[in-house]
Amino acid sequence: MPVLTPVSLDDAVRLLDAHPGALVLAGGTDLMVEINEGHRPIGSGGDPTVVVAVDRIAELRTWTVDRGADTVTIGAGVTYRELLDEPLASLLPALAEASRTVGSPQIRNAGTLGGNLGTCSPAGDGLPVLSALDAVVHLVSAAGRRDVDVHDLMVGVKRTSLAPGELIESITVPLLDGWQGYSKVGVRNAMVIATASACLVTDRSSRTVRIALGSVAPTVVRCPDAEAFAAGVVDHDARTVPDDAVARFGELVAATSRPIDDHRSTAAYRRHAVEVMARRLLRRAFPGRPA
Amino acid sequence: MTASVAVGARARDVVGTSPARPDGIAKVQGTFQFSSDLGGDGVLWGMTLRSPHPHARIVSIDVGPAWRIDGVAAVLTADDVPGSPTYGLISHDQPVFARDVVRYVGEPIAVVAADHPETCRRALAAIHVEYEVLDPLLDPEAAIAGTHPPIHPDGNVIRHQRILCGDPDVTGEVVVEGTYELGMQDQAFLGLEAALAIPDPGGRGVELHIATQWLHEDRAQLAACLDLPVEAVRLVLGGVGGAFGAREDISLQVHCCLLALRLGRPVRMAYSRRESFLGHVHRHPARIWMRHHATADGEIVKIEARFVLDGGAYASTSSAVLLNAITHTQGPYRCPNAVVDGWAVRTNHLPCGAMRGFGVVQACFAHESQMDRLAEACDLDPVEIRLRNAMRTGDVLITGQPMESVAPVERCIRETAALPLPDEPIGGHDHDPMRLPGGAGRTADEAHVVRGIGWGVAMKNLMYSEGFDDYSTARCRLADGQATLKFATAEVGQGFVTIAAQIARTVLGVDEVELDRIDTQIGSAGSTSASRQTWMSGGAVDAACRQVRERLFELVGAAHGIDPLRLAIDGTDVVDTAGELRVPVAEATAGVVIDETVEYHHRPTEELDELGQGRCHTAFAFVAHRAVVDVDPELGLVKVVQVATAQDVGRALNPLSVVGQIEGGIAQGLGLAVMEEIVQTDGVIRNASFTDYLLPTFLDMPPVVASLVEEPDPQAPLGAKGVGEPPCISSTPAIVAAIRDALRQVDGVGRRLDRVPVRPSDIALERQ
Repeated sequence: MPVLTPVSLDDAVRLLDAHPGALVLAGGTDLMVEINEGHRPIGSGGDPTVVVAVDRIAELRTWTVDRGADTVTIGAGVTYRELLDEPLASLLPALAEASRTVGSPQIRNAGTLGGNLGTCSPAGDGLPVLSALDAVVHLVSAAGRRDVDVHDLMVGVKRTSLAPGELIESITVPLLDGWQGYSKVGVRNAMVIATASACLVTDRSSRTVRIALGSVAPTVVRCPDAEAFAAGVVDHDARTVPDDAVARFGELVAATSRPIDDHRSTAAYRRHAVEVMARRLLRRAFPGRPA
Repeated sequence: MTASVAVGARARDVVGTSPARPDGIAKVQGTFQFSSDLGGDGVLWGMTLRSPHPHARIVSIDVGPAWRIDGVAAVLTADDVPGSPTYGLISHDQPVFARDVVRYVGEPIAVVAADHPETCRRALAAIHVEYEVLDPLLDPEAAIAGTHPPIHPDGNVIRHQRILCGDPDVTGEVVVEGTYELGMQDQAFLGLEAALAIPDPGGRGVELHIATQWLHEDRAQLAACLDLPVEAVRLVLGGVGGAFGAREDISLQVHCCLLALRLGRPVRMAYSRRESFLGHVHRHPARIWMRHHATADGEIVKIEARFVLDGGAYASTSSAVLLNAITHTQGPYRCPNAVVDGWAVRTNHLPCGAMRGFGVVQACFAHESQMDRLAEACDLDPVEIRLRNAMRTGDVLITGQPMESVAPVERCIRETAALPLPDEPIGGHDHDPMRLPGGAGRTADEAHVVRGIGWGVAMKNLMYSEGFDDYSTARCRLADGQATLKFATAEVGQGFVTIAAQIARTVLGVDEVELDRIDTQIGSAGSTSASRQTWMSGGAVDAACRQVRERLFELVGAAHGIDPLRLAIDGTDVVDTAGELRVPVAEATAGVVIDETVEYHHRPTEELDELGQGRCHTAFAFVAHRAVVDVDPELGLVKVVQVATAQDVGRALNPLSVVGQIEGGIAQGLGLAVMEEIVQTDGVIRNASFTDYLLPTFLDMPPVVASLVEEPDPQAPLGAKGVGEPPCISSTPAIVAAIRDALRQVDGVGRRLDRVPVRPSDIALERQ
């Protein structure tokens, strides 16, 4: 089975146009596991017969800050390891924290943010962060470019709204004015798939608190009720929130989750875990109690 | 690590020092040849077709489509087995290939050989098997009750054994009871099953390079299935990347040889991680009820217990695992009266057999949880209750067998208690969130975390039991001042290759010790299991070297007119203890070859009688563990902070190796305590990968503080007891006890946590 290795975005787009059913290979940390486990048969019958490897495309491996718009645009091929480096880690601390929870150093050296989106697992560690930040995803294909809200890209368990021949080029997220953080529950202390995860971001200028959850629904989900509630009870300037509001926030977050029982955990525990993580994240964001 | 370990502290690498492993650098640098690296030009690949059903009748098998694939060289099924259609370590109840019925998900049905693994995969996909799915037997209690039709001609009960000791009707002033469960643990060795079979011309024999624990047992089972004389089957140890019991049973040995013999060409097979989970036996899941009766002072009066071990589809070593479990009901404590009922049953789950600790892990989690309950009921400290009941040499076990091993139980407990507790506060001096429960997930802040301390103490039998003569053979050849050792002892990573040379240097006074290839061109060494090789193969090496030394003394004595009885080895020289003579061994053996082969047997043991009485075990070792664990009660996440241990080792022949066994065993015990479990739903494994079968990482494994209790055992050839199994036995209950202790501090409520691995939900959601 041929593996095509374009070195420019244009070439990649052309190849994907010629082979719309091709498998896109970035870091391979998801795809190769699926192939090795036989979950994704390749090279026979109606299965994909071409792999387009995008890891040699320099344009995908860069990131830029737009100080005017207060945004960061991250190439789809930027690895978790690179998201942990300064200055990105300080610009987007929640994304750095999420990246640190991904696999081992070897996996973080190979796995990419674009791959995380392309796989679109509800347990994808970068996805709650992109969701909480209302990321915009830039797609490219032979037909041209289009931007899509990250929530419109994630449509189901390992399902995206990417059209055949379409490639994730980059992701733009805002630089917010406020605390942000990520939490992930797993059964061991590192190198573990999320049993449940949560990302909370705050923004002083828009007076918002946003929270997204992983592994508790078919896709990463936001918690609009909890966010609306939080907006009314936190003090962004004094960084305070009352204890009872923290508790209520946790309940509202848990109510948004739609977890399942599987071999990794139970629905009851996952619902409990996101409630606890939501409370703790809100308290970390607003450590003070109003007088 | 204990401060007493010093690498290369002495000038010569004799016993008691810690020379480097001969294969250490190659393993670290990646040049060591593991069995999965075997191969070469013209070698075909073999691969196995396995059952997708836990229980089904095979209606038909159509291998025709596989044959039509280019590159396929052979497709074999049950019809192609020339000899015995079944094999097994104790009873031969497991088919080489399923013929009429499959009894577990993963049972082999056919093998193919082809030019490439991808061709093999396509060939397997092309084989059409028609099944009639049958009702699986998944509940061990149904096997005992006889409510499910037999799933095997040998029946659904593999073994039932009672122990009745003393007065069954006596009661204690204090009674505590509980029901404990252990999930199915995998040995999870890193070096997957792999072998290379090379046929002799004309199919008259075969040479198998294989990662195994016991070359000769493999050979005997292989020869029977291949219908070849035993001498025609030659085994060579391939590089072994861990074993832990999972390589004691046949996995791909017969399949690989069948393909090679059929084709007259070398064939290699290598399992994937997923296949490995299906292809070897696991630790028995267990459900254990125990009731302890004690005086108000906490002295054990009687123990009642019922063990149910799920043996899975085939017997493997289940009957011996059950024996170990029930005969360790009392743990390392005196117990005058006991009523124990034990069952090992057959189900349509994955087959279970040997794994490090071999039944004692299961018993220990129950008896140590019980000791803590007893302490609480008697208002005693967990250490005090254990000291009050600690076994001593000369005590009589519930089987009527006297404890004749050195039994420093009290010393193990006291030395463990004396080891320093961690000086780091929760989160460490540097307040690193990675050090908190949840680790990289940053789920907890320091205020959410509570620290607990727990204890576990264990007794473990050494060597095989119940009349089994698991002897070891070794040869020593001394020529021109150089010793060459030959044995069939499987080196699986435990370090026998290091200590064998140390023993020879010590006994013979030579520095140059060569190890011959490990294969079947000498008598059996028995299995590398049951903590037995230091004692057994060490004993054989020691005895062979001593015989060579006697002949050396005769030679030197004759040459110099000195009574050989006056001679001794002093470092590297033969010296006259009553005179001036001093001859270097190399000089004394110039032009001479001395060659001695010795079989070492341990003293005989007996089978248990109907009432569970008999001297069934050879010897015992003891260990104590103290765990310090940080717990996030609300999320149920844990971080083991430290494990302290004092272990009865008899004599540490290689202290660094001993500490290596201790640290590795504790990691395995930690895994069982909080994360390692094969999950099966309706008989189907759900987590056959290291993505979902979780092993401890560096962030999960705490520092180990170890003290080696050295009281040489007069029964042991070198005073040295086996050290491999005890570390993984009581570390598990110690960690669980520490979690219970932490939770008790939060709200004063004692949580049962009577199942391992303890899941986050058990801690966070269990309210009792």
